Amino acid sequence: MKSDQALIQLNDVSFHYIVEKKKELSVLHHISLNIFPGEYVAIIGHNGSGKSTLSKLFNGILKPSAGDVVVNGWNTKNSQLIRDIRQQVGIVFQNPDNQLIATTVEDDVAFGLENILVPAEEMESRINQALRTVGLTGMNKRAPHHLSGGQKQRLAIAGIIAMKPKCIIFDEATSMLDTYGRKEIVKVMRRLNNDGVALVTVTHYMSEVVEADRVIVIEKGKIITQGTPREVFRQKQLLQSIGLDVPIANHVAEMVHQKYQPFSSNLIDAGEVVEEVKHFTTGGVSV
Amino acid sequence: MSEEKIIEIKNLEYIYMQHTPLEHQALSGINMEVNRGECIAIIGHTGSGKSTLIQHLNGLMQPQKGKIIVDGEDLSDSNVDLKALRRKVGLVFQNPESQIFEHLIGDEVAYGPFKLGLPLNEVRKRVKWAMEMVGLSFNEMKDRPTYALSGGQKRKVALAGVLALKPEILVLDEPTAGLDPYSKNELLEKIKKLNREEKITVIFISHNLEEVSFLAHRLYVLANGKNLVDGTPNDLFSNKEILEKYKIGTPDSVDILYKLKDAGFSINPRLFDVSCVAAQIFSILSTYQRRVTDDISV
Repeated sequence: MKSDQALIQLNDVSFHYIVEKKKELSVLHHISLNIFPGEYVAIIGHNGSGKSTLSKLFNGILKPSAGDVVVNGWNTKNSQLIRDIRQQVGIVFQNPDNQLIATTVEDDVAFGLENILVPAEEMESRINQALRTVGLTGMNKRAPHHLSGGQKQRLAIAGIIAMKPKCIIFDEATSMLDTYGRKEIVKVMRRLNNDGVALVTVTHYMSEVVEADRVIVIEKGKIITQGTPREVFRQKQLLQSIGLDVPIANHVAEMVHQKYQPFSSNLIDAGEVVEEVKHFTTGGVSV
Repeated sequence: MSEEKIIEIKNLEYIYMQHTPLEHQALSGINMEVNRGECIAIIGHTGSGKSTLIQHLNGLMQPQKGKIIVDGEDLSDSNVDLKALRRKVGLVFQNPESQIFEHLIGDEVAYGPFKLGLPLNEVRKRVKWAMEMVGLSFNEMKDRPTYALSGGQKRKVALAGVLALKPEILVLDEPTAGLDPYSKNELLEKIKKLNREEKITVIFISHNLEEVSFLAHRLYVLANGKNLVDGTPNDLFSNKEILEKYKIGTPDSVDILYKLKDAGFSINPRLFDVSCVAAQIFSILSTYQRRVTDDISV
């Protein structure tokens, strides 16, 4: 689900932090990119490459030092529009404990809705719908601090989707979760994207990158390559030279390919590996 | 690795805010044994009690019920020498880089040894050793400012600060969380070296099952304040029932094996190293190829 009009536009954006008086730490250099409605984009790069800074520019948490970030036609430099911008573009952070504020699950989701003056009668249906999307139905009265890490992150997501945003940014939102919790989040992300919400995910997990439509690779504050996951993971040497990697499934496929050339080396997830094995074994053997 | 027990935990319980309406039982019966030189992983969901448990190991928390014996010393004993205990058990918290406070890397790593009152040349020796152990060149890095480091490097500095105390037991809370693949692998190699070569007993909490299978000799699975399962990574990841029952995820390579199994192929889930997975696939393919050629020759 993609349309031509960009939802988020970055036009020649640079960013530096001010470290001490008159001392600047340059993080991003002349980045131009568009995020389209309904698109699913992954941003990868090593620690300190600037990818987290980049994600915080998308909804005006940080303002560019040069260039413009335009969301839905609104420039993030215009502080009067910042509320509208954040309603369109929500963000989920790394640490679930820093994002929850209320004493019950439903109050936590309601917090954002109260801020934008949603009428009480509409609130309940929005809350329940958001909780259903993230798989927390029936937990309305539970205390957030008694939830597991994965459940807390899903609650944080519910708080955002109740605002009906067009885009959600996940800034390493799964890095503090266990494998099981991570897979739950990935499932929710896929569901949201199927419903037409644009997603931007910043992650170190190559198995999550596989889910995206487009991957953007950041190194030293610049975009060094982008493309579909398959196109990007084909550049294994480039990725490894900047501290990244390809998914495990890709390593496995390549090793099999070395010993048996017809087996494709360009597979990127477990499902594809299994399909490829089936492809070479159909027509008989099932012993 | 010897059979000598360096840590023994028996029926350990801990209740936060006891006798208040906010009472919360974090540990409800932990039993654990660690041999000298072993590398032990602790896994479990957020809130399962992992962090509470490890804070007991160097006396930051005292047992309310049950026993912990570290290197022959009973930590319930009120006369226990906490200073000596903390020198023996080095605890590295989650995101330790946020605790760095010195301006220069060398000073940061030297802080602990100085507090021990060691002579200057001994401090210098230890700082050098600790920095080299984590892969930071002493000569190049000791005078660099700590704020200008990447996340992975800061974490190494924090780890070096604990190592400079020469602990016999190293306890790590999520050592690689948030690191990129390269920094992660590098740090894991260092921890493995500390355990396998320097013979430091290592206990670490992890969410990452790939690193658990890479590092740990044995692991404990915690849930609701109890340890439910223990065994080798192989034992656990080849036991699909337990994985499903306790909602434990599997490393990506194990996923591939189980998906092949679901598709009707015969695989051995204990051989889940990447190269073993590739070898198993190759053997499936060649079995089939052989059968095809057999058919033709018949």
